[in-house]
Amino acid sequence: MNGKQRHLHRFHGGLHLPANKAQSNGGAVRALPLPKRLILPLSQHIGEPAEVLVKPGERVLKGQMIARARGYVSVPIHASSSGTVIEIADHAVPHPSGLRAPCVIIETDGKDEAAPDTLSGDPVQLDPNELRNRVRNAGIVGLGGAGFPSFIKLNPGANRPIHTLLINGAECEPYITCDDLLMREHAHEVVGGARIVMHALHAAACIIAIEDNKPEAAAAMRAALAEIGAANMDVVVIPTIYPTGGEKQLIKVITGREVPSQGLPADVGIVCHNPGTAAAVYRALMHGEPLISRIVTVTGAGVAQPGNFEVRIGTPMADVIAAAGGYTASAQRLLMGGPMMGFAMGSDTVPIVKTSNCLLVAAHDELPLPQTPSPCIRCGACVDACPADLLPQQLYWYAHVRDFDKIQDYSLFDCIECGCCAHVCPSHLPLVHYYRFAKTEIWAQEREREKADIARQRHEFRLLRIEREKDERAERLKQKQKALQTPAEAGADPKKAAIQAALERAKAKKASADVAPKNTDNLSAEQQQAIAAIDARRATASTTPAAGDDA
Amino acid sequence: MEFPTFSSPHLPATRSVSRVMREVLLALVPGMLCAWWFFGWGIVVNLVLATLACVLAEAGMLAARGRPVAATLADTSAVLTGVLLALALPPLAPAWLPVVGAVFAIVVAKQLYGGLGYNPFNPAMIGYVVLLISFPREMTQWSAPAGLGNTQLGLLDSVAWSLYGVLPAGTALDALTLATPLDSVKTALGIGEMLSEITRAPKFGQYGGLGWEWVNFGYLLGGLYLIYRRLIDWRIPVGLLGALFTIALVFHGSDTDAYPAPLFHLFSGAAMLGAFFIATDPVTASTTPRGRLLFGAGIGLIVYVIRTWGGYPDGIAFAVLLMNMAAPTIDYYTKPRVFGQDGKRGGGR
Ligand code: SF4
Ligand code: SF4
Repeated sequence: MNGKQRHLHRFHGGLHLPANKAQSNGGAVRALPLPKRLILPLSQHIGEPAEVLVKPGERVLKGQMIARARGYVSVPIHASSSGTVIEIADHAVPHPSGLRAPCVIIETDGKDEAAPDTLSGDPVQLDPNELRNRVRNAGIVGLGGAGFPSFIKLNPGANRPIHTLLINGAECEPYITCDDLLMREHAHEVVGGARIVMHALHAAACIIAIEDNKPEAAAAMRAALAEIGAANMDVVVIPTIYPTGGEKQLIKVITGREVPSQGLPADVGIVCHNPGTAAAVYRALMHGEPLISRIVTVTGAGVAQPGNFEVRIGTPMADVIAAAGGYTASAQRLLMGGPMMGFAMGSDTVPIVKTSNCLLVAAHDELPLPQTPSPCIRCGACVDACPADLLPQQLYWYAHVRDFDKIQDYSLFDCIECGCCAHVCPSHLPLVHYYRFAKTEIWAQEREREKADIARQRHEFRLLRIEREKDERAERLKQKQKALQTPAEAGADPKKAAIQAALERAKAKKASADVAPKNTDNLSAEQQQAIAAIDARRATASTTPAAGDDA
Repeated sequence: MEFPTFSSPHLPATRSVSRVMREVLLALVPGMLCAWWFFGWGIVVNLVLATLACVLAEAGMLAARGRPVAATLADTSAVLTGVLLALALPPLAPAWLPVVGAVFAIVVAKQLYGGLGYNPFNPAMIGYVVLLISFPREMTQWSAPAGLGNTQLGLLDSVAWSLYGVLPAGTALDALTLATPLDSVKTALGIGEMLSEITRAPKFGQYGGLGWEWVNFGYLLGGLYLIYRRLIDWRIPVGLLGALFTIALVFHGSDTDAYPAPLFHLFSGAAMLGAFFIATDPVTASTTPRGRLLFGAGIGLIVYVIRTWGGYPDGIAFAVLLMNMAAPTIDYYTKPRVFGQDGKRGGGR
């Protein structure tokens, strides 16, 4: 418990924002009545959407897997309560564009009958591979907001050993207090989960980083550590500055080291997990509970009784807000997440998903509508605020004139979209919006280029095929002329062969599809790490274009 | 319930261009008061004329370009341009001088480039340089600072002189004007006099010229306020004043009678006004942290070169414009090291 003496470091920029946490962190976490309906999107994580296992009309139990992972970067989805699947259809999901996506919709029966436990086990006895598998089968993803499948981050690197597990309890965004409350009320779960993760990672140490505006959480965590006498685990209280909760920023604060651009924390021997994720791992292995609920902060002047709630995944947001006393007259906007990086929701019919840490119902004077932008005056306020040491005004300029090569020279893909630049911009430019636009455009171009490459390959194949067919025709002609005496045999043979080949192909394809996920499961740690790294990079959106950069 | 959606961040911005401009204007007040105290009502007349001309020119150009007039004028940038230009002009200038300079600054140097944010050169300094080159005589009509026992024009007399070129009966223009200390030093050194003799004249004060050092002190005060409020970055003024001080120190050390002391440079002419209010014009300055230091230092060096060996007694305007030209290049070569990127590897790959 020598956390207080630890020498901390600073990252460039960042902001001191009004915390606005007192509205929601006063009381205990409240329970919610079981919702009548659960809407479970198949894609609540980064990676491939899960694959449905149930049919409309089927009865499901609480905790039953209703969709399985598809591909490596994917996790299953579970029924959050018992009931009947009434529909598998597109439904509005939490997405800024009001996107509709495939969901399993369950009508609950109020019995909350649990499915048999397939997850629990002694984490120390379990083979690390099996441990990861169970975390995966529990559907656990990063609960801090990103939703990256957690089991991938339980993999120690063969060539990049993990020395430290970092539990990111910074919770740096204003308004959000769900991790604060979790750490206060369930410190032993967080600590227990962290120990399991340490075990899986072979990590020697664990640091639990908490911003200094959460003294109760820090005290609770310290007490939980003292109780189990874990000498290699430590609570470190860090200064409150946005965005300290950014993984790379937090690592800089704690260790002074910078995760390489386009790299992963593992590159500096660290893996980061959110306290909620650690608690979910604990509950999966100790109690056999898959991820079917989470703590959600409901706050803002737009709700009558702000607070934190234990919410079943799939509960419509409207139900959660009703439990918080409903809307006040001043409710103007609904955000999922915090005011800096959260998404604006167009409607409250969308469900709570695994990554919903906060519902912020804001009044007009809390989060006014965006002001009219004026031209950039190149004041450099954004440069001073940027925690990634970028030149936001240059990024803005090149996004504005659509110079997507130049904008990558200015490291667009190192932007973490924290919004610090836009917050300080006196010209009220929607800077982050421009960066997202540029990133999307660049990805689209990459896809086009890939398509073009495929088209070119196809074209070449086609030429080859034409060539080959010409040869074959010539050959056949010869054969025909030779075989004119025995016509029956000549015609049947190639046809039969073709059918046989097609059958073979189909079989092979089916077989490979069946074993694909298993294959990756049984890979060596090193191979898995490599795949994880590649997939993680794709998923974290930072390297897709960089890969294209080289092209 | 339905809600409007916008892209993050949702927390409103804490500053606005007009607020920044207004605070900069506020920070100019101490220097302005000193200038008025020592150089008379002519300063005020210039301020009014230049500001009015800037605002009207801006309104006219915005209307001509089909841009929203009232909303854009509200950013107060035109007012600031007018004020900065006026503060650089001699108090006994004829009325058309500030007006011509202001119109040129706004129409040519700002609006024809696309308005605020798109102008590569500092508009006020373009206006100033155009006047300096076209009307050298009028541009030297500095009034003698108060405290030398000379006559000074009152408000009405200043207006009459500015608008109609009439002085009160019995007053000659020569009795009102006095070459600026920088000018005197330059001329006297040019004819082989020694500094120790030159600065014995009553118009020299503690370190700079009488009155001038107070004016510069006023701008220094305002500038420190801007830095404290984080409205300007400390690097440009520190780079500028630091470079000016250092090079002056080197030459002064080599020959104290031929090269004025460093403090004389810092507290003469437009040194402080330039360092805190003109070189820091965000639009035309360098924006990277290291770039700002270089940008400021470049101005400081050029100012010294012009003051010491050039054809003009002061050089802030030319130095700022020259460095405005260099700013994009400086920015390009002083990009900060991006978080997690290896300085050696560079680029975004
Ligand atoms: S803060 Fe806004 S106005 Fe200032 S340089 Fe950055 S983008 Fe331009
Ligand atoms: S959003 Fe991107 S550019 Fe803006 S401050 Fe954050 S990291 Fe820097």
